[in-house]
Amino acid sequence: METRTLVRMALMAALIGALGLVPPLFLPLAAGAPITAQSLGVMLAGLLLGARAGAGAVALFCFVVLLGAPLLAGGRGGLGILFGPTAGYFLGYIAGAYVTGLLAPRLPLGALVSAFVAAVIGGIGVVYLCGIPVLGAVAGIGLQKAALASAVFLPGDLLKALAAALLATTVLKGWRAPPPA
Amino acid sequence: MRGGYLAADTALHRLPAGAKLAGLALGSIALLPLQDPRLLALALALVLVPYAALGRRGMARLTQWAPLVPLLAIIGIIQALAETPAAALASVLRILAMVLMADLVTLSTRLDDMMEALGVVLRPLGAVGLDPRRLALAVALVLRFVPVLAASWRAREEAWRARSPRRPRLAVFAAFFAGALRGADQVAEALDARGFSSHRTRRRP
Repeated sequence: METRTLVRMALMAALIGALGLVPPLFLPLAAGAPITAQSLGVMLAGLLLGARAGAGAVALFCFVVLLGAPLLAGGRGGLGILFGPTAGYFLGYIAGAYVTGLLAPRLPLGALVSAFVAAVIGGIGVVYLCGIPVLGAVAGIGLQKAALASAVFLPGDLLKALAAALLATTVLKGWRAPPPA
Repeated sequence: MRGGYLAADTALHRLPAGAKLAGLALGSIALLPLQDPRLLALALALVLVPYAALGRRGMARLTQWAPLVPLLAIIGIIQALAETPAAALASVLRILAMVLMADLVTLSTRLDDMMEALGVVLRPLGAVGLDPRRLALAVALVLRFVPVLAASWRAREEAWRARSPRRPRLAVFAAFFAGALRGADQVAEALDARGFSSHRTRRRP
């Protein structure tokens, strides 16, 4: 791996962490569920760095959080995350960034629409797919109710996918395109 | 910053990180099949002992997990309706005990000790190209980049606010991201210039 890729991954991981420091927004639309900017960073990692480096950046972020750095939204961190009901979403971020980065350059749509669809499929679909079964199992509430509980976050996540697509296409215009993954 | 290591001199702090991780794994396996809320309450009480021993800082540490409370409430209500109140209580107690037990390991282990211990777990990944030295550098870079990025964003936001009463527009965010990524490439060049990659056998023309 090139040093440049390594440092870009570290920077993206730090950006996801820095986004966790942004105070959570409380959307009335989502029944008051806290909308953090963190998953926006996950979508951006895939869109800006591509599948492999993007997933690597998110994995690095997860590793640093598990080491104990309080970078998860609300200043949380440490091994406790792995044992909580949201562990599936947390680890699903890695797969989500990979799929987002994989799809974005391959979809036969315009740059902005491709980025949005990729962020929705990877950053929402894949992340929920990993998160809902774990939530259901850890909380013992079953898949259906876990899915229902997750749906609360859907409006906010759709907004974030849109923001990630707009940001990524603007950034990629100003910064030279990353090598294809 | 909250979270992470809590400097103190307890028996837990003196245990080697690997032993604590193994204990955490065993403890979690023991907690998972428990269904009796009384046993789980006992387990939670045991986990809370070290927090109590840490005094006020231990209590402050517990509040770090406050974001979990609404979620636990939802889980408890759903389960109490679908099954029995006892099952709901058991679930909530089990999650609390497991999360707080894992956090005991985190608060009593310094980041570099934890890294060394987790490095042993991650060693098999070396086969797919995970170099422990590069991982250590990457972790150090992440920890250093976070405050740098936060400061850089604040500077940009202030510059915007000084000129406009409106909220920062998308272009401001995009410029921040592009600038951050360009900065990363400069750091990479600086590392290479100092011979960082020369330790690896890299084919150069």
